[in-house]
Amino acid sequence: MSEFLLELLSEEIPARMQTGAARDLERMTREGLASEGLALDEVRAFAGPRRLTLVVTGLPAQQADRTEERRGPRVGAPAQAIEGFLRSTGLNADELEERAGVLFARISRPGRATPAILKELTEGIAARFPWPKSMTTGSGSFRWVRPLRRILALFDGEVVPIEIDGLTAGDLTEGHRVMGPRGPVRVRDFADYEKALDERFVVLSADERRRRIVEGARKITAAAGLHWVEDFGLLEEVGGMVEWPVAILGDMEAAFLQLPPEVVRTTMRVHQRYFAVRKGPTTDSPLSPHFICIANLEAPDNGRLIAAGNARVLSARLNDARFFWEEDLRVPLADRLPRLAGVTFHARLGSLLDRVNRIEGATHAIAPLVGADPHAACQAARLAKADLASGMVGEFPELQGIMGGYYAEHEGLPPDVATAIREHYRPQGPSDAIPIAPVSIAVALADKLDSLIGFFSIGEAPTGSRDPFALRRAALGVIRIVLENGLRFSLGNLVENLSVRAGLQPDGLLAFFADRLKVALRDAGRRHDLVDAVFALGDDDLVRVVARVEALSVFLASEDGVNLLAAFRRAGNILAAEAKKGDLPTGEPLRVATPAEEAALFDALEAVTPAIESALASEDFAAAMIAMAGLRTAVDAFFDAVLVNSEVPAERANRLRLLAKVRDAMLRVADFSKVAG
Amino acid sequence: MPASRPLSFQDLILELHAYWSARGCVIVQPYDVEVGAGTLHPATVLRALGPRPWRCAYVQPSRRPSDGRYGENPNRLRHFHQYQVILKPNPVDMQELYLGSLEAVGIDPKMHDIRFVEDDWENPTVGAWGLGWEVWCDGMEISQYTYFQQVGGLDVKPVSGELTYGLERLALYVQGVDNIYDLAFNNPQSPDFKTYGEVFLENEREFSAFELEVADVSMLQRQFADMEAAVPALLEARGRQGQPLVLPAYDHVLKASHLFNLLDARGSIAVAERASYIGRIRELCRRCAEAWLALEGGAA
Repeated sequence: MSEFLLELLSEEIPARMQTGAARDLERMTREGLASEGLALDEVRAFAGPRRLTLVVTGLPAQQADRTEERRGPRVGAPAQAIEGFLRSTGLNADELEERAGVLFARISRPGRATPAILKELTEGIAARFPWPKSMTTGSGSFRWVRPLRRILALFDGEVVPIEIDGLTAGDLTEGHRVMGPRGPVRVRDFADYEKALDERFVVLSADERRRRIVEGARKITAAAGLHWVEDFGLLEEVGGMVEWPVAILGDMEAAFLQLPPEVVRTTMRVHQRYFAVRKGPTTDSPLSPHFICIANLEAPDNGRLIAAGNARVLSARLNDARFFWEEDLRVPLADRLPRLAGVTFHARLGSLLDRVNRIEGATHAIAPLVGADPHAACQAARLAKADLASGMVGEFPELQGIMGGYYAEHEGLPPDVATAIREHYRPQGPSDAIPIAPVSIAVALADKLDSLIGFFSIGEAPTGSRDPFALRRAALGVIRIVLENGLRFSLGNLVENLSVRAGLQPDGLLAFFADRLKVALRDAGRRHDLVDAVFALGDDDLVRVVARVEALSVFLASEDGVNLLAAFRRAGNILAAEAKKGDLPTGEPLRVATPAEEAALFDALEAVTPAIESALASEDFAAAMIAMAGLRTAVDAFFDAVLVNSEVPAERANRLRLLAKVRDAMLRVADFSKVAG
Repeated sequence: MPASRPLSFQDLILELHAYWSARGCVIVQPYDVEVGAGTLHPATVLRALGPRPWRCAYVQPSRRPSDGRYGENPNRLRHFHQYQVILKPNPVDMQELYLGSLEAVGIDPKMHDIRFVEDDWENPTVGAWGLGWEVWCDGMEISQYTYFQQVGGLDVKPVSGELTYGLERLALYVQGVDNIYDLAFNNPQSPDFKTYGEVFLENEREFSAFELEVADVSMLQRQFADMEAAVPALLEARGRQGQPLVLPAYDHVLKASHLFNLLDARGSIAVAERASYIGRIRELCRRCAEAWLALEGGAA
């Protein structure tokens, strides 16, 4: 089977861009080949620290001849139009065909040799390649992620003379920078290429690199009676930083483990890209004073110097962290607050201290709603941001809140206050746990609501493409905290209350919440049109809204529900049509003896309406739906047998009143006009 | 040529000078106006602009007032030395040249894990940025390697490759020492042997106190305003060949930049103001950059 092999060798490609690059290369290749009508068997793309590689098998040696038919102007169209068409197709007038009064051109395209197509295609892909960030080099204008150094391109063993940025393709590649024989190596095909790379200490496949890292980490820790801490995000990144992964176990001063584990982990992972090591196999086993670094080198001393060098760097960084830790512990959180006055939160929302003051006020208002001790909650709110002025958080901003929690504990603040400080940023992602302690809940809600109210008051609501202040996450956080804790209060009233306290006027915030709730429920498998149907009633107690949505969802899945929905629409349509003719009659309908179906509907309404009300009053929405279902038979019969638009005005008026009452009874439960489908 | 024993701090510099001099670099001296980084030397910021090829290397003592630790932190200084190399246009084998320089100072690539880790450098005060890497040696960052894309807010053509070595870091590594003040400044075998601390500890102590506690903020603010006014005035002035006084103007941009660093270290610049100050300095630099470029694509 034929084979096209392409390698673009460059200087080190950022690890985070490699997976996307391989995907883009494959996609653009498939699309390009398809548009040239070339069938293929398989396309595989690889990305590594210094190279992008592509293999395509099963291409024909030659593109088939093709005929393209193009539709032109009508016969008798203006001469210019026809001339333009002739120009664009390159044909003469007598070569055109005429069908049903329209001119067509048949353009024959003889098939080109595949290598010529591959050359053109590859050069085009390189010129348009969607690197997230790219650069020019030397005096050229070609853009690539880093300087391109060499191109390998073979079609069935013959070089495809691709030219990119002054480089011409050949049949050579290079191995590891340092290990193995020096100088480029000639290859014939993909199998040869893969073997040559392996001999020269380059692992072509990202999956294989990751596999070797996992294997290596497991082996070296097992040999020391330890276990490595799996970290798939780090694994993916590190896999893109080495051509020949070698796991090395390094030592750490045990005393550093006395630092908060989050500090140790952040230093190791974020700054140094090390894997952590545990003493035991389970996730709660204590950390061991070791680290695993993945080097790009097999050194003759088994990496002893590399391990020692890395250990010294880690030690220096942890020493810095320890310095911050010890310095920070000297200063009570409250003493840090004045510094926050000098830090701007947002030009139009004041300083961080202004924000702290607002959050404290908000917490005071929220505490009774969530059963939190107001004194503890306000204390936590007051100190929740103090750690932003600490050395540690200055160095490791991702540890905000967590450090505050530690400092609060150290100061001997009550446990619920320390916990609230630590937890108040949660949830920080869809899988992050929500706070469940009342004091934590109060501060967490206050923090998020202050952001939302603030930014919505200065015209900084998120747009489709921008949400720089993470307001979607904040709103979702509020929703999750309320729902998962079963907190009962009117969101609208709370927002109003907090806005007045802060002297702000948020615009469109409740609609934003409705939107976020829809998204949250949709992600949980609920229909979002049902949320609209419930929100339209003006209810903003999120727990109750969701209970209503649930009941509605169940109801509309039932036969009664489907039929009543249809009846609601039918009633609505009739009322709307009649409203066009003039004002609808108002007031209560009367019970008439005939027709029987009209009487039956009146009786059904009389029975059902109080049942619905009493069910709603006790928030038993399922019962409200069941009660409403009691209308179904009577409504269906009514529509079957009774002409609403009677010529007798009194009959018509009474029937319209009845329909309005049916609709109103249903509207007590949900705004069915918002239900889709 | 790798040394048989680890190089002293000053021999590190001499070795790098020899290496880069042999590869066509003009060895200029450190710029004599206070700067926070080697990049700010006119031999980099101005020479990177325009079409003329240029290769240079130099040591640049750099001042970063906010990093002052009174000589008590073994890893952090407010005064340190960068070794700066500019290769314009960037040669095809620049990475190999860089790795060769590491070998020349005794770092054997077969024994040490040297990696190019994505890091795109930028210096907003001079409107400069590029793509490149931090170079790690056994986990320690020892150099910044950048392909400039813009300087002074202007696209560069041709591109310059910039190498910036942290000399103290490199020396710590090469000498296997943990505390900067314990570094061998000159040859330990010499009867006049001095450690880094014997040369610079007092400097760290006095300048930390000055920069973090004593410097007169209103004087600094007045001086900043003076520098800001001086730049456009100098660009309006003319030398004997009819040229705007770009180089003196740029000196005043550097002074403004250092004054900003001093104000910042004294804690007198609010977070909201930082962006504004940086923008003002950048604008001054941009004007110098444009004037420089207009001089036949860069004066001699």
